Amino acid sequence: MDAEAIRSERDSGTPLIELIGITKRFPGVLANDDITLTVERGEVHCLLGENGAGKSTLISILSGMTVPDAGIIRIGGTETSMNSPRHALDLGIGTVYQHATLVPTLTVLENLILGNTTGVRLNEAEGLRRLDELASILGADVDPHAVAGNLALDEQQVIEIIKALWKGKAALILDEPTSMLTPAGVGELASMLQRLKGTGLGIVFITHMLHEAIEMGDRVTVLRQGRVVGTIAPAELRSTDSERLRDRIVEIMFGEEANELSDVAELHVEAFESISQDEPDSGGGPGGQVQSVGEPILKLERVSLEPSQSSHGLHEVDLTIAEGEILGVAGVGGNGQKELAEVLAGQRPIDSGSISLRYNGAFIQIGRLGVHSRHEMGLRYLSDDRRGEAVVGTMSVAINLVLKRIGKPPFWKRQIIQHAEVWQHAEATIKEFDIRTPGPDTNIGKLSGGNIQKAILARETASDPRIVVYNKPTHGLDIRTSLAVRERIRQMAADGVSAVVISNHLEELLDLCGRIAVVSKGRIVGIVENGPNAERRIGDLMVGAFAL
Amino acid sequence: MSEALITALLVGAIAAAVPLMLAGLGELISERAGVLNVGLEGMMLMGAYGGFVVALATGSTWMGFIGGAVAGGLVSLVMVVLCVRWGLDQIVVGIGILLGVEGLTSLLHAAQFANTYPRLGKAAAPSIPWLSDIPVVGRVVFGEPYMVYVTLIAVFVAGWVLRKTPWGLAIRATGESPEAVDAAGVNVVLVRSLATLSAGVLAGLGGAYLSLVSSGNFIPLMTGGRGFMALVLAMLARGRPIWLALGALLFGFATALTTALQIFGIDIRPEIVNSLPFVVVLVVLTLFGRDDYLPSSLALPYVRGER
Amino acid sequence: MKPTDTVPPEMTDEHTVVSDGLAGGPSNADDSPGISLGSSRMEKIRRSMLLTILPLVAAMVVGGLFLLALGRDPLAFYATMIHRAIISPSGLQETLIRMAPLLLISAGLIVAFSAGIWNLGGDGQFMLGAALVGGLAASSAEVMPRGLMLVLMLLIAGTLGAVWTIIPALMKARYGINEIITTLMMSFIGVNLASLLVKVMFLDDRPGIQTPRTPVLDVADRLPTLFGTRVHSGVIIGVIAVIGVHIMMTRTSLGLRLKILGANVKAAHHAGLGVSKLTVATFLLSGMFMGLAGGVEVLGVQGFVRADWNPSFGLVAVPLVFLARMNGWVTIAFVFLLSVLSIGGELATRDAGLPNQFGLLIVALVLLFMTVAEYFESRRLRGERTVWATMADRILSKGDAAGE
Ligand SMILES: Nc1ncnc2c1ncn2[C@@H]1O[C@H](COP(=O)(O)OP(=O)(O)OP(=O)(O)O)[C@@H](O)[C@H]1O
Ligand SMILES: [Mg+2]
Repeated sequence: MDAEAIRSERDSGTPLIELIGITKRFPGVLANDDITLTVERGEVHCLLGENGAGKSTLISILSGMTVPDAGIIRIGGTETSMNSPRHALDLGIGTVYQHATLVPTLTVLENLILGNTTGVRLNEAEGLRRLDELASILGADVDPHAVAGNLALDEQQVIEIIKALWKGKAALILDEPTSMLTPAGVGELASMLQRLKGTGLGIVFITHMLHEAIEMGDRVTVLRQGRVVGTIAPAELRSTDSERLRDRIVEIMFGEEANELSDVAELHVEAFESISQDEPDSGGGPGGQVQSVGEPILKLERVSLEPSQSSHGLHEVDLTIAEGEILGVAGVGGNGQKELAEVLAGQRPIDSGSISLRYNGAFIQIGRLGVHSRHEMGLRYLSDDRRGEAVVGTMSVAINLVLKRIGKPPFWKRQIIQHAEVWQHAEATIKEFDIRTPGPDTNIGKLSGGNIQKAILARETASDPRIVVYNKPTHGLDIRTSLAVRERIRQMAADGVSAVVISNHLEELLDLCGRIAVVSKGRIVGIVENGPNAERRIGDLMVGAFAL
Repeated sequence: MSEALITALLVGAIAAAVPLMLAGLGELISERAGVLNVGLEGMMLMGAYGGFVVALATGSTWMGFIGGAVAGGLVSLVMVVLCVRWGLDQIVVGIGILLGVEGLTSLLHAAQFANTYPRLGKAAAPSIPWLSDIPVVGRVVFGEPYMVYVTLIAVFVAGWVLRKTPWGLAIRATGESPEAVDAAGVNVVLVRSLATLSAGVLAGLGGAYLSLVSSGNFIPLMTGGRGFMALVLAMLARGRPIWLALGALLFGFATALTTALQIFGIDIRPEIVNSLPFVVVLVVLTLFGRDDYLPSSLALPYVRGER
Repeated sequence: MKPTDTVPPEMTDEHTVVSDGLAGGPSNADDSPGISLGSSRMEKIRRSMLLTILPLVAAMVVGGLFLLALGRDPLAFYATMIHRAIISPSGLQETLIRMAPLLLISAGLIVAFSAGIWNLGGDGQFMLGAALVGGLAASSAEVMPRGLMLVLMLLIAGTLGAVWTIIPALMKARYGINEIITTLMMSFIGVNLASLLVKVMFLDDRPGIQTPRTPVLDVADRLPTLFGTRVHSGVIIGVIAVIGVHIMMTRTSLGLRLKILGANVKAAHHAGLGVSKLTVATFLLSGMFMGLAGGVEVLGVQGFVRADWNPSFGLVAVPLVFLARMNGWVTIAFVFLLSVLSIGGELATRDAGLPNQFGLLIVALVLLFMTVAEYFESRRLRGERTVWATMADRILSKGDAAGE
């Protein structure tokens, strides 16, 4: 049966995709435990669940990347073995994976026709035609000859979707596609999905944002520890108001533990509210809290970085951060946020300007100091590249927790490692931060993203931090973990630890920060005091900067 | 400089360059697919032996080349199974292959030809009326052994395949990001296997050129580090066959220069001339080539779904 | 390129925290309940013996087939080999002597590979150290006491080996140029330069010498021998070097820094480890051991350097260190094994009238079989079925697909 046929068989009554009793075990974890679910044609099926619940494992089974230990997969009513991605693509199942699957050195067009052309020569003309067609369905504007690695993350995300649609004639699977997008981008994606749904495509959509699930989903399945713990049928989804749905989903997701969340429930409800775009002036909300701000602690003066092919660089950035302040940095991804963070952390030398940090009562120039010295002085950096740079994936959780204190007592004495100390520190930290790991000696790379993030957070905020730079601190985290992270940032600010929070979720910045700087093309185009109207003013700044 | 000297120099340069070009081209292809083939030298050596044996038995140089290609290809199958399919370390296996082939060919040679030292006849070269008689150019451009032309064609074909065909695209993508290629429904193991195999075949041809054309006989360990030289050239060529060919010619020229100068009584140490190209490359790298281009997944095995 | 990415976890003892969750240890407790530490250590030893002995036997069997085909008696061949390499006292001494350079080279490789740096230029570094010592030792012995001369020579050899890595080190640290290219090129140049040194600068130009070589160092001036045997103290230096490096890698902060560099350069940068300095330090240390190996071989065994001498120890040691997973103790065992194979092989092939390189074939077979054994073992540990079972599955499911 070919993909077209599978999709068009609308009235036959068989569901598009049936997963029956899917089970998958990794060493030490049961990632999928007897999961059964169906995806219908013309329907968005939302998959929710905490970090490590097994969502990505399930869809990688569906897309042929992982072979299940047990279970049956039926596509259009026919059982298949689904033993390779090729097989899934041939059956019309296109997937946007959680991690990027574009080849960065190839052009957009080459990425799209990879694996799609037969014959002796690459058929670029045919590729261009198809690209135009798909781009117009999505309402996207794409330069086919741009090199994929040079595109901004949100542009890359659009290419990923086009790539999935290229073959995905029957079903489209999206694993956390919105985590890289701005609210506007999310809105566009929602309308794309609306249109695609209309053509009879079945869509599986994974997200950690409940409001997205509620807005976009026709059916919701919640996973927890590898099992399906609840579903919400289309009828219920349509008839219940969003607040009730939210509570319901939270309860399914976390069970009894949901009560813990009720203390902060009002907070996340607000948070979800504030993101819906058309609601005027909602931004003030909880973020409007007055932060007790002390003396300045960090000053950037005319800090610049030369632009390069893949970066806007930085242009004369001036910023002052006070003790106990949480300063937000907003902007469309790829406009200098990463550069700013790395310049602050000392991972990137500046080309001109000065950075000074108050230390022992006086400001000292730290512009030339390395990462290590800055870390010693209490300047910390929580990188957004969790698996790539923040941790050594092939080393244990225990070692990763002391990664920035190598050679220091009590973990090293006369440069000799003290295993017992390292182990105890790890056990204590794992407990305190609720890091879900089989043990301190498990390789950190095997953990789910949320748990890696908790470990990094623990590491960066240990032993007298004074100012912490957070780059997308809650990116990809489930509600509970992201609330825990925010809580930690807030608590530390109350103790006088300053924070610079870079995020592409405006809602998060409005929730946390006193002031929010807006960056565009490597410049700070304005700094907005949080409060009524803040959201609109930030939006104006972002748009205005684009018009430049 | 006399006409004879120039001719000898150019002919010598090409003769020395061809084996490097062939083996280097193979290495370049497999590297672009993400497989670092440290056993290249071994595949050349096997090609040299296989080519010699077949040519000796059939009396045909062409059959010899086929024999060399098959021999090199067979050796590369070890790499295909151990490194591409099973994901074992490419450098360890590569060196294992080299040592094994050195032992095997020496052994076989000793068993078969220890006392006879047979030689092959001279490889055929075209002789085109008029053209082949032009001074210098005639001999250098129109009078080379046929394999030289085949090699040059192979360089251009490889360049075209890499740039313009679906296979080339798949090879280029596999070296950068095998997971992306897998997700796009292309069989990573197949692409890498074929690339590794073509490295074996081309290295086998390069080795066969040494025994069939350059020397006319087989001597144990006769490749003498050319495989490693080809490896370096391929890594320096930034993935472009044409640059590889130019690099090979430069090295060929240096080799020819030593011989030519010695013939004409100018005593310059071969050590100096042999090192010169590397010194030049290092200086150029230090001064200009401030980065190198190597595929980002080079030498990393791909295991689907590995975290 | 990150060579150590694919490296299985090192064989550390139970208390080490840097271990892999897959290869046993506390994290796997739920899979293997009730196994006490003692028996798991026994299990480990049993397993590593198995992983060495099975491939060895397999290699001997395959090698034996070659011997049979060539009309030699494999059993007699192997008996000679073992007798010559281990049982006869002089053979055992030869074997131990052969270990000295291999141990030092391995020490240099352990450092480099742990830090993710492929120093494949060992030959050049080795030969330069050897050539310089070969050229200077004899004349130095005339002007200074033996002890001072030996220390000075070792210093010179180590320094030259280290110096020869500076260009690859700086190019890697500054511009990120791949070290495989640069160390191989420097190695070509180094080998040529060493030969040039021997032929031009240090040539022993007394009449009657056929192959150009350096002056000969008096036997009495060479490295002191041990307990009245011919085994020289370079072997002790080698063992100390490997164990020292092992302790450095597993216990000290520098070792951990190097391992992080090898596992994830970006993380090393992020953690503020001073990537450039570490990179350069790794190269220097690695090159130093290579140069030292050359020096020790000349001071302990050869006494001089011939222009056409190049034992290419560096290349064989690469897979060896890798298979030992950069573990010092295992490396020493493997180096012993390799020395047995090469010394026994050299003598047995000579007796059997076979070319010397037959020993290489056996070494290669052992290496390849050991790699393969590792592969099956790691699959077994991961709880995966064997390839054959998976293949059978594939074939069966292919059948299903066809039936659709
Ligand atoms: N290749 C793998 N090897 C070992 N363990 C794995 C592997 N892939 C997933 N796991 C484990 O399986 C569990 C489920 O992981 P999965 O990625 O499916 O979670 P998820 O629901 O997608 O989480 P997230 O929201 O963080 O993306 C986790 O405990 C994870 O650590
Ligand atoms: Mg996931």
